[in-house]
Amino acid sequence: MSLLKYESQLREPLVDGNKDYHQITEDIIRPIEMKPSRLWYIGFVISICLLLFGVYSVYREVTYGIGQWNLNKTIGWGWDITNFVWWIGIGHAGTLISAILLLFRQGWRTGVNRAAEAMTIFAVICAGQFPIWHMGRVWMAFFVMPYPNSRGPLWVNFNSPLLWDVFAISTYFTVSLLFWYSGLLPDLATVRDRAKTKFRKMFYGVASFGWSGSTKHWQRHESLSLVLAGLSTPLVLSVHTIVSFDFATSIVPGWHTTIFPPYFVAGAIFSGFAMVQTLMIVVRKVLNLQDYITVGHIEAMNKIIVLTGSIVGCAYLTELFIAWYGQNPYEWYAFSQNRANLFSPYGWSYWLMMFCNVVSPQLFWSRKLRRNITVTFFMSIIVNIGMWYERFVIIVTSVYRDYLPSSWSTYYSPSIYEIGFYLGTFGLFFFCFFLFAKYFPVIAVAEIKAILKTSGENYKVKMTDIEKADAEKFYIEEVEHAH
Amino acid sequence: MAGGIKKFVVGCFDDEKVLFPAVKNVRKAGYKIHDVYTPFPVHGLDHAIGMRETSIHTAGFIYAITGTTTALTSISWIFTKDWPLNIGGKPHFALPAWIPITFELTVLFSAIGMVLTFCYLCQMAPFVKKHHFHPRATDDLFVMAIECTDKTNDAEVQAFLTQAGASEVNVQHAETGWWIGRYDREQKLYKEPKAIN
Repeated sequence: MSLLKYESQLREPLVDGNKDYHQITEDIIRPIEMKPSRLWYIGFVISICLLLFGVYSVYREVTYGIGQWNLNKTIGWGWDITNFVWWIGIGHAGTLISAILLLFRQGWRTGVNRAAEAMTIFAVICAGQFPIWHMGRVWMAFFVMPYPNSRGPLWVNFNSPLLWDVFAISTYFTVSLLFWYSGLLPDLATVRDRAKTKFRKMFYGVASFGWSGSTKHWQRHESLSLVLAGLSTPLVLSVHTIVSFDFATSIVPGWHTTIFPPYFVAGAIFSGFAMVQTLMIVVRKVLNLQDYITVGHIEAMNKIIVLTGSIVGCAYLTELFIAWYGQNPYEWYAFSQNRANLFSPYGWSYWLMMFCNVVSPQLFWSRKLRRNITVTFFMSIIVNIGMWYERFVIIVTSVYRDYLPSSWSTYYSPSIYEIGFYLGTFGLFFFCFFLFAKYFPVIAVAEIKAILKTSGENYKVKMTDIEKADAEKFYIEEVEHAH
Repeated sequence: MAGGIKKFVVGCFDDEKVLFPAVKNVRKAGYKIHDVYTPFPVHGLDHAIGMRETSIHTAGFIYAITGTTTALTSISWIFTKDWPLNIGGKPHFALPAWIPITFELTVLFSAIGMVLTFCYLCQMAPFVKKHHFHPRATDDLFVMAIECTDKTNDAEVQAFLTQAGASEVNVQHAETGWWIGRYDREQKLYKEPKAIN
């Protein structure tokens, strides 16, 4: 059996530099074993401050009621649900990278999957805050759980998309967490076995569940990951589909559209990858992981961004066309007046969304720009802003003028506590992410080791040499054998 | 859990390219490989040391259909028998509307069940401690443990492993099961008498 598996030499290496197994461990785990930098402390303190502001905003909202927000009878969903859908969308990239790309056998996922999964989990935690606190009487939140109760028993409505959402998001969170943590176990054991301090030995010893690296355990682990990936793939598609049902099953003009499920899923992947770019560009620089998250990785993600961005753009145009073609005056009014008319109160947000999500990602058709880290970083921020505006446009421009002109709303702008709540979730997200980046391996160490000999730069060079030296022999031994 | 203390000859290999022929030779020589500990999943190693396929995915399927059945039976009982709620005059038995929740519970049951099964089969949990033959088995070494019987001449096995390419060879007495413990403390096997204060 030829152990040096053949991978085309034309493919870029996924691990740069002259690495061996031990060097990979060193590179990825060393940041955990060092004192955090000043930059880390500054970031951590800022995120705690934001989090505290968020806690105060939520305290105001719970104490004084939803009136602390500038919502009204016409605009019942504003920033809160916009933020909810935005965070949930961001939470889609992690599982997509680790599940769908695992099924598609994409080697480059190994560089970014761990951090992207962590991002998913934290983003879903942030997303969950919005519907929970939006309940107003949050002490009754347990009413959404179906259980035999003393109220009849009065059950939840299983036919309602809002309840499907409860199930979809809690399932998504649980499955993502299990997937992430089961993948972390071997790497935590690596940290444990290198640990010098008492705290690290104890903490990583407990966290790694006594992982030993036994062949049988690896065999089960591989099987588990594969099946979890298979389960997560339809799951990740179902979650945003169900979120889109919250809108699509209603009869509100602008929401009552059958295109919503695929359009929301594409948008979610689009914004999720943008957030992964934002985070990974910083992480690779700060933790010095440029050899593992290469420009090739960034380019691969930019390709997904341009693909999904174009799907989203196509969906925007389709729904506009259908609104006109469908000849429903209310639907057409929502699109032509509330949205596409630049001089209507919220027209600016529609065109901002169009620019950020449809026009700007087209830059990535150029290979040079795809591989430019500064451009990618700014683009990722623009896409995140654009995707936030997409949800804002869908929600606010649909409800602020409904069927009855007498109940049309005045201009809605958020109160300081609405903004504070949103900033608070940023605080929560980065609080979790800073802790993760400090105490957990941000790259899947074992998975990188597994691809080293096919995709490592030094091994690729070696392969090229063998290939050149004796092409015929090489073909017989390496290529023909494989077929 | 009790596994008992056994004697092992341990050989450490630097590269899986050396490990594979070594595994073959060790098995051919009739020695019993207890396990091979590797820093990452080495493909084909499970078959090389003669392990059967895992059936954890079958367990996953069983958990999945349990989830499907749980969702369908509970929702249909709730909405047709226990509290038939009239929603706009639509049928009580509204199967299409239950598909999302049924799907989510299928996935949820399967994922949780499989992870718990995985932890049970591998005997893994917080505060579980095991004997590790070499600390670098999770870093860059491929560690083969050969179980010794009364008849085994361990010097011979050690020589055999060295010749097969092992970079480090030794003999260890090890507990094969697990025990409750912490990794920052010296390992105390459950068999040792406890100090009474």
